[in-house]
Amino acid sequence: MNRAALGALLAHWRRHPLQLLTLVVGLALATGLWTGVQAINAQARLDYAEAAATLGQDDLPRIEGDLTLADFATLRRAGWPVTPVLDGTPLGMRARVLGIDPFTAPQNGATPDLTDTADLTAFLDGRLVFAAEGTAVPETLPEVRRLPDIAPGLVVADILAAQAILGTEQIDRMLILPEARDDLPPLADLLPGARRVEPEAGGEIGRLTDSFHLNLTAFGLLAFAVGLFIVHAAIGLAFEQRRPLFRTLRALGLPASRLTLLLAAELVAFTLIGGALGIVLGYGMAALLLPNVAATLSGLYGASVAGGLTLAPTWWLSGFAMAGIGLAVAGGQSLWQLARLPVLAPAMPRAWARARLGTLYRQGVGGLVLLAAAVLVAVFGTGLVAGFVCLGALLLGAALLLPPILSAVLALGARRAKGALTQWLWADTQQQLPGLSLALMALLLALAANVGVGTMVGSFRATFTGWLDQRLAAELYVRATDEAQATELRAFLDGRVDAILPIVGTETSLEGAPGDLYGQPDHSTFRENWPLLDSVPEVWDRLATGEGALINEQLARRTGNWSGAEVDLGAGERREVLGVYSDYGNPRGQAILTLDAFHAAVPDVPETRFALRVAPAEVPALAEAISARFDLPAEGLVDQASLKGFSLDIFEQTFAVTAALNVLTLLVAGFALWASLTTLGTMRLPQVAPVWALGLTRRGLALADLARALILAAFTAVLAIPTGVALAWVLLAVVNVQAFGWRLPLLADPGGWAVLSLWAVVAAALAAALPVWRLWRMPPAQLVQVFAHER
Amino acid sequence: MLLRTRNVDKSYETAGGRQPVLSDVSFDLAAGETLALTGESGSGKSTLLHLLAGLDTPDRGTIEVEGTDIAAQDDAGRARLRRGTVGLIFQQFNLIPSLDVRNNLTFHARLAGRDPGDVDALAGRLGLSDHLRRYPEQLSGGQQQRVAIGRTLLASPRLVLADEPTGNLDEATGDAMIALMREMVRETGAALLMVTHSARLAAQLDRRLHLRAGRLAEGAPA
Repeated sequence: MNRAALGALLAHWRRHPLQLLTLVVGLALATGLWTGVQAINAQARLDYAEAAATLGQDDLPRIEGDLTLADFATLRRAGWPVTPVLDGTPLGMRARVLGIDPFTAPQNGATPDLTDTADLTAFLDGRLVFAAEGTAVPETLPEVRRLPDIAPGLVVADILAAQAILGTEQIDRMLILPEARDDLPPLADLLPGARRVEPEAGGEIGRLTDSFHLNLTAFGLLAFAVGLFIVHAAIGLAFEQRRPLFRTLRALGLPASRLTLLLAAELVAFTLIGGALGIVLGYGMAALLLPNVAATLSGLYGASVAGGLTLAPTWWLSGFAMAGIGLAVAGGQSLWQLARLPVLAPAMPRAWARARLGTLYRQGVGGLVLLAAAVLVAVFGTGLVAGFVCLGALLLGAALLLPPILSAVLALGARRAKGALTQWLWADTQQQLPGLSLALMALLLALAANVGVGTMVGSFRATFTGWLDQRLAAELYVRATDEAQATELRAFLDGRVDAILPIVGTETSLEGAPGDLYGQPDHSTFRENWPLLDSVPEVWDRLATGEGALINEQLARRTGNWSGAEVDLGAGERREVLGVYSDYGNPRGQAILTLDAFHAAVPDVPETRFALRVAPAEVPALAEAISARFDLPAEGLVDQASLKGFSLDIFEQTFAVTAALNVLTLLVAGFALWASLTTLGTMRLPQVAPVWALGLTRRGLALADLARALILAAFTAVLAIPTGVALAWVLLAVVNVQAFGWRLPLLADPGGWAVLSLWAVVAAALAAALPVWRLWRMPPAQLVQVFAHER
Repeated sequence: MLLRTRNVDKSYETAGGRQPVLSDVSFDLAAGETLALTGESGSGKSTLLHLLAGLDTPDRGTIEVEGTDIAAQDDAGRARLRRGTVGLIFQQFNLIPSLDVRNNLTFHARLAGRDPGDVDALAGRLGLSDHLRRYPEQLSGGQQQRVAIGRTLLASPRLVLADEPTGNLDEATGDAMIALMREMVRETGAALLMVTHSARLAAQLDRRLHLRAGRLAEGAPA
């Protein structure tokens, strides 16, 4: 019995290979996009963990503060078992430099083997550094020896060599080794201002990049949902088309439970096939995108991720699990209905006979409820998760509202139409809506995601570029190696430039959290260009007299202190906030005083960095003269153009992965539309043939079909634009603020939206091309068969 | 002569080779005349009807409607003929599911660029006055058949081709529909060719042709 019934059920797929292809490809795409994103996330997290574990930094307590190697010596002399660490990324270099002391560093896989005296000498002299295979290291660094156990993107150097490479005399922290005794002299007595920090789970990089990975996961989930729309449509259609068969099988004595079981087994088979294909696809996608993601993470957070994939078995299993969940979601409803199907249920395809109004009404109400929920979460919700819940509710609500809105518009069109053909076109389009609505919802999601992310990136780019113009107003930035060279440099520059603007800064505690305090002179460069978001009246005049401070947006948002409030700048220094400036790309709090006020607050910081104002045409000659005259470190002389170029380069890479996922999602939606139109094309001959018989040519019918696809795509695009703009607003005003601590203005891009709408229409035309062509070239005999009940 | 058919052959490709369906079919139909086409199942009645309507083309022979050879027309020409000259009433109604009854009734006339005239009066005669806002799926088979007949009547074609138009109607309603069609043919000077299995209905029309295995015989079957 089972074999005969299964044979009858599977025969459907032999007769409808396109439907089978749609189902498998839809499932593979959904699973593939999801598992691909998860693979990228898993690989990145694996690498963070490896990097964090270097030297045992993830599980050892550490000492932080304004530290130098002299402090290290002080603690060692007092019996503290500490080892110094300097960690930084030199300007213009992708790899991170980790400075260690080979004599005190804990021995683990990431610590180079220096038992050979020659190697040790070379390492201590700064002639030898270590890095993992594949880590890009510039030629300016000394000899690099490759070690497999070092985290990707990390260059291990002696602490003194690292200080030279990074151009600093400080160290970042000291790790406290496990053998520390209890009777050690108190840290506060030995190093006032230094503090002990206990290890935290996850590591700093892990926390910093959380929002980035959450973004990727959200996109993966969106792509998965879009893919599921295809699967749902294909399964729903297959169930509808097999209804007469189900009825016959039931009438011939197959129990409903057995039929349901057989169909469930069919779904499991699809899970295995689609899931396996999806996992392969996801692996390929991840391998393709990972280098880009690695560059993005390195540019944004200094996090290093290897370009290759090494995935755990759980990842493979999770791919199958997602495929199974997807099919259960997509096919569950159909199976449930089948289990409750009376033997004599009408075999007429339900999709066409379904009481349209009831379904549309329920969808409309559901959509409105979700949109209302999105608004409530946006207004009252807090945290990144609330931001993503808001996004989900917004997208799903808009998708659910699409069919009722389209139906209303098409009904209006049919009522207003004058000619018989136009009226039929509108009414028939409305009639086809149930069969196309899932694909159109997928298209709406993909378009809205494109509009939303495009608008966000556009807003980001415009704001970021403008902000760079403001922040990097000086033509040249120069950094001396020490105070003596700085004095010499000033003397050299005197008369050669229009203005020398010292920039001094130090790490400090701002409102109890690590931050940076800067001092800058009162100059028109800052007065005219500094990007203030909020300020008290006469902010610059008051700042010039030594009053108050400017703080960055991140600090203002974190503390809720805006203009007029007071801010704690550490060491008991409290000042009025005179203004808040935008500071994109910086996760830390920052405050700015005038130069004099800075020196009064932090006396021992030398003026070694300068912004130079000079006519742009004179920049190359001046830069050359400075380089010839002074022995500056590689990053000691930076012109504005290359600094902007470097910053914009990081920015573009940041969104390259998002753009790739965007395009993939749109492709999936295009495939959904193509599959639906092609399947409908074969199913709706009985509706088309009478119109042909009444005197419309096949060409006319084909063009009407094309017009139908274009009308639906155009309306979907029109509805996707406000959805996408709302999405962009949530990304900029909710998610971005929660993730990064700054808010960007939403800049409308009507031109871009129009181009995207045009692409949607082109995609619909391409998706409709095959079914339209088939109808155009369909032999009359095939159309006549609709009427030929007897011959 | 409104319809002139000469030596029409038609065959179809099947798994077992080419299968002849119609052989050497010739007959005429004058304006104002009504003709019943009878025959066993599979005798080729529907195929002949489709050829006369220009839905398909004969392998051999000519079919002229008002002097125009259908087989010589291209796709657009045959579509123009179906739109303007021929009215088809299908066995399975073939209404347009996306349009309500009123719009289904007027559809063919409007497609042909004609004024559908008094829709409400015809709907009254067809017993459809209360159903004008309904959709085909909401009607019974008999009601749908009456809409299909009404659609053709409102289009005022010169040649009405009907495939078992009363198969879904009770005897009284079927008779009323036949009377209505005959009346319209008489009023407009059109011609009616009706495929039917019913000898009783066939007897109500002016002439009768019988198809047997694709060949034509005048009059009632032997």
